Amino acid sequence: MKSQKFPIAAVRACAYSDSVSKTHYDIIISGGGMIGSSLACTLGKNTRLSNKRILLLEAGKEKSYSFTGKYSNRVVSLNPATHKLLNDINAWSHIKNSRFAAVKRLQVWDAISDACITFGDENAIEDISYIVENDLLLDAVSKELKNVNNVEVIYNTRAKEYSLPLHNEDKVQITLENGSSITCSLLLGCDGFNSHVRKAMQTQYVTWNYNQMGIVATMELSEEIQNVIAWQRFLPTGPIAFLPLNSKQSSLVWSTVPDEAKKLLQISEAEFVDAINGAMYQTYQHSNIIDTATKIFDNFVRFFNWPVDMSRRYPPKISRIEEGSRAAFPLGFGHAASYISKGVALVGDAAHRIHPLAGQGVNLGFGDIICLNEVLGNAVSCGSVINDLSYLKEYETQRQRYNVPTMLGVDGLYRLYNNDFAPVVLLRSLGLQATHAINPVKDKVIDWAS
Amino acid sequence: MLKRSFRFHNTGANTVDKKEIDHFQNFLEEWWNEFGSMKALHSMNKLRVPFIRDGLVNSGRIRDKIKTPTALEGVSLLDVGCGGGILSEPLARLGCNVTGLDANPNAIELAKHHSEKQGLKINYAASSVEEHASQYFETYDAVVASEVLEHVTQKNEFVDACIKCLKPNGSIFITTISKTNLAYFLGILVSENVLRLLPRGTHQFEKLIEPSRLQRILEDYDCRTELIHGMCYNFLTNTWHWCPDTSINYALHAVKIKSED
Ligand SMILES: Cc1cc2nc3c(=O)[nH]c(=O)nc-3n(C[C@H](O)[C@H](O)[C@H](O)COP(=O)(O)OP(=O)(O)OC[C@H]3O[C@@H](n4cnc5c(N)ncnc54)[C@H](O)[C@@H]3O)c2cc1C
Repeated sequence: MKSQKFPIAAVRACAYSDSVSKTHYDIIISGGGMIGSSLACTLGKNTRLSNKRILLLEAGKEKSYSFTGKYSNRVVSLNPATHKLLNDINAWSHIKNSRFAAVKRLQVWDAISDACITFGDENAIEDISYIVENDLLLDAVSKELKNVNNVEVIYNTRAKEYSLPLHNEDKVQITLENGSSITCSLLLGCDGFNSHVRKAMQTQYVTWNYNQMGIVATMELSEEIQNVIAWQRFLPTGPIAFLPLNSKQSSLVWSTVPDEAKKLLQISEAEFVDAINGAMYQTYQHSNIIDTATKIFDNFVRFFNWPVDMSRRYPPKISRIEEGSRAAFPLGFGHAASYISKGVALVGDAAHRIHPLAGQGVNLGFGDIICLNEVLGNAVSCGSVINDLSYLKEYETQRQRYNVPTMLGVDGLYRLYNNDFAPVVLLRSLGLQATHAINPVKDKVIDWAS
Repeated sequence: MLKRSFRFHNTGANTVDKKEIDHFQNFLEEWWNEFGSMKALHSMNKLRVPFIRDGLVNSGRIRDKIKTPTALEGVSLLDVGCGGGILSEPLARLGCNVTGLDANPNAIELAKHHSEKQGLKINYAASSVEEHASQYFETYDAVVASEVLEHVTQKNEFVDACIKCLKPNGSIFITTISKTNLAYFLGILVSENVLRLLPRGTHQFEKLIEPSRLQRILEDYDCRTELIHGMCYNFLTNTWHWCPDTSINYALHAVKIKSED
């Protein structure tokens, strides 16, 4: 990780297990985003992999996070499993020394019906999730990566071409933009949703665009509050969410149709603030049948004395947005039919991309990291080669078993809510009420949604 | 390539069955195909390598380095009936000094060829364990005989030779097929004829041995059995699992007791 520039000059003379040549690595991670960097750090710190030579390749320059007081407009919500991993690799200590917000309660409600669901409790000790800026997370992991001496990091270097092996025992060859080439036994593709590693694998990729853009911004609250609640309201055009940053600020993630997104980007910041407040508070016309049905359901729940937490809260009012923090991103769905092939595996957005409405994108990637780290450690402790296909297959099976239902669930939610056809609204409001009312179901949902 | 001279020649009395050797010639190339006819042996590594590794760690012979990539560093180990080296290689990767024996010189050629390509140092020899024992008395920390005993006619002589090679307090690991009707039915009839997991004629019922008899033979040669585990094979997923039932496949770990004299 010391050498910044290619060719790799300063390779330590060290007895690495599988490698003989200076340009051969046991593992090359292509793409040093949040997932690639965290994967490099996790594998590098796995004592069972301590004799493996690992390279992290990143096309962009080394980013450094500056603590300016201004929050970045790109934040992620990290679930407890991701939090634990970051703690285990000691990256969390850097985040803790900087800043993050703990979410203790989550409220999700429907704009067209009165259905509402809440999870957690503001005064509880347990946190549902943690809001961290993307750049801070990356910076924390990169800092920690400097303490790991079997991982080299090369920035400003893009992989141009991947040549994948036909036989299990052959190496992966990677041609870099500067013309030089390197080889590895195992290539891990962490190069994001537009993954070239995935393209080289020629695996089937199921993808579609949501007719939506995600608008983000850093928002100032009109008054100082405890701010431990994450809010999400389903509007007819898509969900709008507030994620807490500190007692005076929250982060916006607003998914909406392209036309409205375009308009929201063009209007003045003051008008944009009004639009945000309107989106959180505006009442939509309820249809009678839905109102009646949800009331009947309510009575039904009360009759059976199911425990119901009807304490609905109201989200904070926004007074202004951080200047220039407004931005938009296209939203899409994508899933690779296989995550692995001879000598290669996909991790993070390279393998799967989802709608941000449940804040799961990066958490699925962190789940991949946890699993792959375990599987590769097992392979080595059983004396197998690092690219043993049967172990990689275990990774694929375990992750697809988790990712596919989660992704379909999130996509299903998107479809359910991107609809104002009365029977669908009725169905979802009853569903939301039912999940709300029945604790075991709610526990499952929170398990999955946080 | 197959006509090299060997340090150990196939001479004199030994327990190797001539017919068995010829049979293996037929599918030598198949050895290293992880998804070919040897796939059950490849996938068995996920069970037998940890069995050997943890057995050695638990018997206190080596320092616990289980969290490192070379948990078995410095252990000298004899792999009897190593074939193409499917088990020798992972053990060598874990840091063992492996000596691999097989009576079939072609298998040894193949094993040497493959391990060199892998950059592993394994000492392969085409020899019977009886010959080996005469030169390497009480040399090894561990002896492994995995999926060989079912091909051996003279069990006592074979076990005796294995144990001669073993240092006092050393560990012997055996995996084999039990001698029960169920083993006959599933292990031989079904897997060789119906599922074609193994070529026909790989196993013969008379040569199978049940765990209790093996345990008695080991006792006769001063070995105390530490552990017997049943092994179950799922041929749909090509995976092995531990199970309480030892009536088909099983793994056994025994320790050589220091002689009193
Ligand atoms: C609006 C929006 C809001 C979101 N909100 C959340 C949220 O709240 N919670 C959540 O969990 N997720 C969220 N996500 C998703 C989350 O941002 C992604 O899941 C995450 O960024 C994926 O990380 P990654 O490292 O896999 O990919 P990326 O971040 O895309 O990283 C890929 C890296 O690979 C590098 N690279 C690419 N090609 C090459 C090459 N050829 N050679 C070398 N390097 C290369 C790139 O430079 C880049 O650094 C959101 C996404 C959007 C769009």
